[in-house]
Amino acid sequence: MTALAHVPTPSGQAAPPPPRRGRHRALPYLLLLPGAAWLLIFFALPLLQLAATSLYDPSGSLSTGYAMTGAVGNYPEALQAYWPQFVRSFLYSAIALVLALLMGYPLAYAIAQKAGRWKNLLLVAVVAPMFTSFLVRTLAWKTILSDNGWVVGLLRDVHLLGPDGRLLATPVAVVLGLTYNFLPFLVLPLYANMERLDPRLLEAASDLYASPLRAFQKVTLPLSMPGLIAGTLLFFIPATGDYINAELLGTPNEYMIGNVIDSAFLVRLDYPQGAALSFLLMAAILAIVFVYLRKAGTEEVL
Amino acid sequence: MITMGHDTPAGDLRLANLTKRFGVFTAVDDLSLTVPQGSFFALLGASGCGKTTTLRMIAGLEEPTSGQVLLGDRDIAGLRPYKRPVNTVFQSYALFPHLDIQENVAFGLRRRGIRNVTDQVERMLALVQLEGYGRRKPAQLSGGQQQRVALARALINHPQVLLLDEPLGALDLKLRRQMQIELKRIQTEVGITFVHVTHDQEEAMTMADTVAVMNAGQIEQLGTPADLYEYPATAFVANFLGQSNLLAGEAPGPSGDEVLVTAHGLRFSVPAGRARADQGPVFLGVRPEKLHLVERPDQVPAGHQHVGGVVTDASYVGVSTQYLVRTAWGSELSAFSANSGVGGQLPLGATVVAHWDPRHAFLLPRDSGADDQTTPLLDQPPVGALS
Repeated sequence: MTALAHVPTPSGQAAPPPPRRGRHRALPYLLLLPGAAWLLIFFALPLLQLAATSLYDPSGSLSTGYAMTGAVGNYPEALQAYWPQFVRSFLYSAIALVLALLMGYPLAYAIAQKAGRWKNLLLVAVVAPMFTSFLVRTLAWKTILSDNGWVVGLLRDVHLLGPDGRLLATPVAVVLGLTYNFLPFLVLPLYANMERLDPRLLEAASDLYASPLRAFQKVTLPLSMPGLIAGTLLFFIPATGDYINAELLGTPNEYMIGNVIDSAFLVRLDYPQGAALSFLLMAAILAIVFVYLRKAGTEEVL
Repeated sequence: MITMGHDTPAGDLRLANLTKRFGVFTAVDDLSLTVPQGSFFALLGASGCGKTTTLRMIAGLEEPTSGQVLLGDRDIAGLRPYKRPVNTVFQSYALFPHLDIQENVAFGLRRRGIRNVTDQVERMLALVQLEGYGRRKPAQLSGGQQQRVALARALINHPQVLLLDEPLGALDLKLRRQMQIELKRIQTEVGITFVHVTHDQEEAMTMADTVAVMNAGQIEQLGTPADLYEYPATAFVANFLGQSNLLAGEAPGPSGDEVLVTAHGLRFSVPAGRARADQGPVFLGVRPEKLHLVERPDQVPAGHQHVGGVVTDASYVGVSTQYLVRTAWGSELSAFSANSGVGGQLPLGATVVAHWDPRHAFLLPRDSGADDQTTPLLDQPPVGALS
């Protein structure tokens, strides 16, 4: 080969190497192609379609057809009609997030650092509910919280609930449902992060005059921030858009923005409004996530 | 000098009957020792001998099963680690990855509520020759630099005792040598008691004033490096610290200021002052570099004792040549001969006479039945002048 390399070749045959290198360079993009196509066809295009829908003339209907009139007024109208559901969505998922953090952070810490040989079993226990459908799990909560269930009975007995007090069809039930259903999304990223926490760092902190509380505050917590941020986002974003919990565990008084969008598309058939609400929700969540990440100042997540 | 006294002057560190059991395994067995204030003390032993457990009990990271850890007159064995005036340089360094070097070093000061830390941190970084690295993260530093940050982070608190847990273990040989000198310099400069745990005999001997050789949770011997090397107390020490030729022999008992020994049908004598045992089964020990090789018995200097043998192996290692000499009874003695330019190399198979000055030999107690212990040529360099 090396000897032949010096032999002058006709110009037509000298070409092969460069195109091959070119093909190598194209390979990553070829590998990206299926994913990109999927994203384009099933996300980007529908999103554009939805954006267009949100600007349709609101007086149109399925039978009369929709006219693209650039009706920006859909947005303020939708907000004006449904701002309570908007506020409620964020409020409920924020409360659920706090509850989930109170449970999930110690849980993730215990599994990652203290569980020893029970670690895998506990992880399975966290993930196991996912093996059954979201709907079934929420329906199970309906049974648990039902008026003649033992939880309500117990709470009535200890007078935390009045004799006629109930949990089902109250905001409490919806928040509890959200907390339960999205808890694994918080725990798993936290666990993955905390598993890498080197216990020797805590020993070092303790050796350097940090009480257990200080060591947590100055070492464990800052080191768990990437997991905490990923977990809270994975919890908060779907929880805010959720409509199953409010639908099954609450009443129209507990309806969140997801329920409104659901009914706009499927019951009232007010497509422009549904689309406008969807975009408003998306914009609100993006804004919150953006501010949150700026505040938390982490480059590891994004 | 850095002045930021922790509280009262320290006093000696004393361990009294310290015991630690993990289940049925006894890691540290009724250990008692005193580390004088301001000294550089090394705990030397193979891995699993209990040296790190001892250190962790002093630091408070491990709770003793029984016994006391006394600092001056105060028993600190019951204190939580963050209450002890003791700091540790961890084997893994355990630098906080989310804090920059300055905050890592200032960590202990801040926890004790000290406000103006910048000057102290600067001075401490200067002491470990890391000026200007304050704003970097630990991951941006090399191993040797991280090691020095770990040292600075512990030293800045001016502990009464600084514990070093194999702090040089992760460094390459050249850096390790350099840090040994550095550590010794810093210890002399700050005057804090250093307790250094290591499995590296050379490291212990270069740096420490006092070395305690640990084996199976107990201290085999404690003394200055030279004492330990020149006159080991047990066969374990004789072989762990450098190499030794130990010949199994019998001693009939003291006779004057000499102890007579019969080994393999040959008669030797050792000054009484160099006999750890003078009756019954003993080891007659001679360090390889104290064993000289000549070609004929008439070349043996007066007063020296000798055994004959055949050269079976010669390793040229530059500064010296390490010979193995097979004796008539089959044991292989090792002898190091400095390549000082005097005399030539001995060929393999040459008949030689190995001789030594009885004042360089030593007698150790021997379990009856134990045979000669001669260390084969190892890849590690011998201690002392030859390295």
